[in-house]
This record gives sequence, C-alpha cells and structure tokens, in this order.
Amino acid sequence: MFSLLEKLIIDQIKVDKCRQEARKIADGLQVDIEQNTTTAVERTVARLLGIDGVDEGGIPLPNVVVEQVMLSAELNRGIAYWLGNAVLVTGKTPAAIAVAVGDGQLVLSELPLHPLTEVQDVLTTIVGATVNRIKAIREQRACLQKKYRPGPQPWLYVIVATGNIYEDVVQAKAAARQGADVIAVIRSTAQSLLDYVPYGATTEGFGGTYATQENFRIMRKALDEVGQEIGRYIQLVNYASGLAMPEIAALGALERLDMMLNDAMYGILFRDINMKRTLIDQYFSRMINAFSGIIINTGEDNYLTTADAVEEAHTVLASEFINEELAYRSGLPPEQLGLGHAFEINPALEDGFLMEIAQAQLIRQVFPEAALKYMPPTKYMSGNIFKGHLMDGMFNLVSIMTGQNIQLLGMLTEAIHTPFLSDRALSIENARYIFNNARHLQEEISFKPGGRIQRRAELVLKETEEMLTEIAGKGLLQAIAEGMFADISRSIEGGKGADGVLSKSENYYNPFMEIFREELGV
Amino acid sequence: MQADLTSIKPYGDTINDGMLQLSFTLPMECGVAAGEAARKLVEQMGIEEVNLVEMKGMGEGYTFFILYGKLKFSIDASKIKVTQVETKTMTYYQINDFIRKKIRRKITVVGACTGSDAHTVGLDAIMNMKGYAGEYGLERYPEINVYNLGSQVPNEQLIRRAVELDADALLVSQVVTQKEVHIKNLTELVELLEAEGLRERFILIVGGPRITHQLALELGYDAGFGPGTIPPDVASYIVQTMTKAGVTWNGGD
Repeated sequence: MFSLLEKLIIDQIKVDKCRQEARKIADGLQVDIEQNTTTAVERTVARLLGIDGVDEGGIPLPNVVVEQVMLSAELNRGIAYWLGNAVLVTGKTPAAIAVAVGDGQLVLSELPLHPLTEVQDVLTTIVGATVNRIKAIREQRACLQKKYRPGPQPWLYVIVATGNIYEDVVQAKAAARQGADVIAVIRSTAQSLLDYVPYGATTEGFGGTYATQENFRIMRKALDEVGQEIGRYIQLVNYASGLAMPEIAALGALERLDMMLNDAMYGILFRDINMKRTLIDQYFSRMINAFSGIIINTGEDNYLTTADAVEEAHTVLASEFINEELAYRSGLPPEQLGLGHAFEINPALEDGFLMEIAQAQLIRQVFPEAALKYMPPTKYMSGNIFKGHLMDGMFNLVSIMTGQNIQLLGMLTEAIHTPFLSDRALSIENARYIFNNARHLQEEISFKPGGRIQRRAELVLKETEEMLTEIAGKGLLQAIAEGMFADISRSIEGGKGADGVLSKSENYYNPFMEIFREELGV
Repeated sequence: MQADLTSIKPYGDTINDGMLQLSFTLPMECGVAAGEAARKLVEQMGIEEVNLVEMKGMGEGYTFFILYGKLKFSIDASKIKVTQVETKTMTYYQINDFIRKKIRRKITVVGACTGSDAHTVGLDAIMNMKGYAGEYGLERYPEINVYNLGSQVPNEQLIRRAVELDADALLVSQVVTQKEVHIKNLTELVELLEAEGLRERFILIVGGPRITHQLALELGYDAGFGPGTIPPDVASYIVQTMTKAGVTWNGGD
C-alpha cells in the first residue's frame, strides 16, 4: 500500500533545486579537475601499467618512476607517455623499466623521444590487458554473488583493526560466521598522510592495518573461503582516501574489494590535504571505483562528530548532494553510491529519536536508489557500555524503519578500545535481533502530516537548499575555507600534498582515464 | 545498611555479598570443557559460587562467557588516600566567559603525545574539535588557542614549540607504554624544563589511562587527569590555576 516514496511529504521542487545547485558547484570545480593531474594519479597509471614492488631502499617503484620524471619537470605529459616511450626505446615492459629506474640505470626523460601516437600503439596491449583484467574481476564478483548471495539489507558492516593482517583474518572470519555481511579493515593511524602505498603483508600498525595490495589479497582470499563455507558472499572494504587515494582505488579494483570509502571532501576537512589535490584525486579514483563495480562510501557522518547533529543536519544532506553530483561525473551509478549519514544526536535530547527518524527517512527519499550507509553513535558513547549497547539498538531500529542499505554496526565499547571479538559478536546479535524482529515495520508506517517528524524533515531540506545556494554562489573551495562543513576551515592553497599537483600539458596522456571515460560514458 | 569502610566488598543487592559480573572470551571451541575452563579461571580470581549464565560460540574456535560470582576479598577503604584536582569544573560557556572576563586575552594550550607514544586518542579527546562524551574539545573554545602537536613528539620539541607559541599550559598524553617507559619520559620532560629554567613558566599537565593526580604531583607536574576526564575538566583547571598564579594581567592593557 505504502511505497517508500509516500512516507514523508517531500517538496520535489526543493530537491530539484538542490541538485541544480550541486551541479553549479561541481561546474565550478571542473576546470581545476580537468586541467591538472597529481603525482598520485600518475602513480596510479604506473600501477595500472603493471609497476609494483619496491626498490632497494624500500621505496615503492610507482613513486620511484613518477618522482624521477617529476624531477626533470616533465611529468605534465603524464607518466604513461614516458613509460611508453621507454618501452619503445628499450623493448622492456614497464615493470622491468621501473626496476631499471630504481637501480639508477635508466633516466626516462633522457631517452630519445618518440611521437605520442607510437607510444599509444605500443601501450595498447598492456592497457587492454589491465582493463580486461578489471572487467574480469568485476564479472567474477557478479558470478560469486549469484552463487553465494549476499545477505538481506541493511547489510551488517563491521570493522577489524588489529594492526596485523593475519589477526584481522581471524577476526573477520569469526565476524562472517556470526552474521556480518561486510568487513572493513581499518587502516593504520595516519596512513592517509603517506604519499605512497606501503608494500607487502604487514603485521604492525597503530589502531589499524596498513592498506597494501598483499593485505587486500590475503583478506579477500580469507573472506572468499569463509563465504563459500557459509554460502554468503562477504564484502570487503578499504579506504580510497588520503594522499594515495587513486592508487588504493586501483589496488581495490585489482584485488576485488567491494566497497571503498571515497569522499570528495573528507581529506580536505579531516586530514588537511590540499583542496585541489583531493578534488583531482577523487575524480580519477572514483572513476576507477565506478569501472570496477565498487560501491563508494562517503563520509558525511564525520561532520556530526565535530559539529552538532541537530543544528548541522542540513550540512550532511548538502554534502550528499555534492558528493552525488561529483560521483556522477566520475561515472558512478546511484546503486554504487554509498552516501553516508549518522545517528549522532545527543541521547539526552527529548524527541531526539524522532529527529533521527526524520533525517534517515528524508535521506532515503531524496536518494531512493543510492546504497545509503548509516553510521552508528560515536560522539555520545561513553564508558557505560550498557547504555551504549542500547543506543546502538535504537540506531538499528531507525535503520530498519527507514530502509537503509549498509549498516556500520555500533560497538558497545566504542569510546574505549578497538573492538574485541566479543564486542563485534554482541553488535551483530543486536542488529540481527532488531532487523529480524522489525523486518517489515517500515511497510506499516506513515508519518503524520504536519507532525514532528514531517516538520523536522521539511526544516532540514529547507536549510539544505539555502546552504547549497550559498555555496554555489561563492564556490565550494571558498565555502570550505569559511568553515561551512564540520566547523572546520581550510585554506585554499594550504594543506598537505599541494606540491603534488601539476598542470597537464597539451599533449598529456593517460590511457586509462580515456578508456574509463569512454566505457562509463562520462 | 551502613557499609563498613574497613572491609569494603562489591555490592549486588545485599551488603557484603561480593557480587561481580564478568564477561570474557576464551580461545576454545564452545562446549562443556570451555565452560569449565571459564569457571575455573574465575575461581582463581578469588571468586566463589561462580555462576556461568551465558556461553556462546563465536566462530573460529572462540567462545564468549558471562558469569557471576562472589568476591572473597575486601579492602580497607578507610586507609585509602587520594589527592584530586581541586578546581571546580565549569561548562564550555562559563570557561570562555571566565577567560574573557578574568584573563582578558586568549590563552594558549600546547599538547603532545610524547616519546614513543603514537596513541593520540586521549589527547584528541581533550583537544580536538570533536571532543569526547558529548563535550567539545578545546579547539572549539573561542578563547583558547590550541596546538595539537600529535604523536611521538620528543620532549625537546614540545618545549621548543611551547616557548615559540608562548604557551600558558602544556598537555602531555601518555597512553600506551611498556615497561614503565612513560614514567621515564614524563620525568625527563620535567628535568628538561627545570634545566632551562622554564618549569614555572607553564602549567604542566599530564593525562592518560594510567595517570592519577597523585602520580602527576610525584613526578613534578601541576596536575594529572585519568580515565573519564572531559575537556572542560582540563580547561577549568587551566583557567582557574592561571588566575591563581596571577597571570591575569599578562596580556592586559
């Protein structure tokens, strides 16, 4: 009787206006995104051309080749040109060329230059092989998911964070057996500030485990094994964020990750990464995510951990409109759009639960096809684990009532330590109980016209529209500089990684961006 | 019923019943043997009449237990001496107001996890905008300039920055330590400050899960804050101590 869309009465004109403003905002960024590249984008291209491994000093070879070309001030042609040119001159593969560069035997910019068309020809096979490999991995995921169907939504998403990939495997497999659908391996503290991707299997990290290709492979294998045993496909998550954002997206594509955190603004706001750097990196990284069939998770939940969840609710929705528009421009379809939001209203507030419902339902109706990612209470979690467990239950109830898709489970020990095996088990039990026990509650509910929930949703949408109009007027970079998101202000020229932004030359060459654009129709 | 301070025990619903609740995980397959192992372990803790109320397999050969029992031991609480920070905690608004009215300039707080410690969770809870337990961190206070130097900061660097920034207070966080390395590290900071004649220039505060006010005083700090500390506790202490120390007119006319 009731479809999802009949729940709250939503002013579609306002929603359309919001999308229109989001387009204007994205238009204002397009020039910077198209005219520049970054060292991270170029390292990603190097990786996609088959370069991996480290030199004698332990420096990843993608960094070695990109830095060499950058030093000779020739990187604005794109690393693909220089590697392709070296293939023509030496007859070696890009991987072998990178080793030679690492050994100091080859200087890419000193080789005789071939025309771009010859470079394009010689790279056709390698580029095609990588593109086909990513396609095959995507098909493999689809096959596996047909055979071992993922659980019902909201998917139960839990994190592991031991710092040791082998210990993570034990925790992740146990979580899958307990009922988890999605496993995220939390990264080591401050990996987002590393301007490279560490290499190999790692067993030491602080508050998490390094994202490396080998660690991805180890966890993927473990989750496939346990998934086949229990007959349910277990999804793997990592972070395409920080200074190595597109590189990690490429590794996610190659190792069949299923979701990646990928937010257009997170790095700027919460890691003080340079604005242009982030916007250029997110564009290419999302294109890779789109092409590899990976669901992105955006980070709006974080706004509410610094700013007030009642007063700043509209900033979440506004940011979701911006993230949506930027994602579309990278070729991501709505079903790969895990827009983030959170249950962070002060539990002491009268009717706070009603506001949480309003917010979650509003977002559901504004983005009907998106894979919404709902984040648990963290800000008001305390040492009182018993109250915390109940708050997590309330959060789960809102989720099942409002049809969320991806549920990052709250942990009763949130404010105390990274989750114990038992914390995760208790959280999964909590969510399964509520999701099962209230499975079809959503279908039985409509909201009272003019009631508290309806009025709250209207207010948030109105404030969202005002905010987006204001941002469209001044531009996103200026809005961030003024602290319009998360109460955090960042300067336009400042931040980490600014020195890794360079303008593209007229003959810039990035074969992967060309193919992804064409295949994704962007 | 009046408790006997010389013999204090946990309380369930009857004085001196010693009731405890425990939960933990053992790396054993769920079954009778695992249950018995959990029970025996709890008995070894000095707990009697152990009641295993929940046992659940969690996969991969791990089992979770919830148990109750009665603690044999008691403690003479009449002999316990504690010192605590004596300033009264004010609210976010009161603190900013206090600074505006009584200090009449912005104050500067510099924080760091010193030595080998890479765990900024405690420091961030106090200093970062986000705060902790629903309380804004010091960065959010309009009247406080905050410099969070992050993790693994050498003591020398902390002092150098504190002087450069003309700090009013230094916050040192020590979370994860091994073999009491945090004590050595905390002592070294005080010694360095004293050697350079800077000790009295700053309000020196240490925080962390193993820190008590008593320990902080013994190490030569002005105050120590342990688990459960919220940002306004620290801010209140700083501003009230500053006015006591007579720095009110420092940045004045």
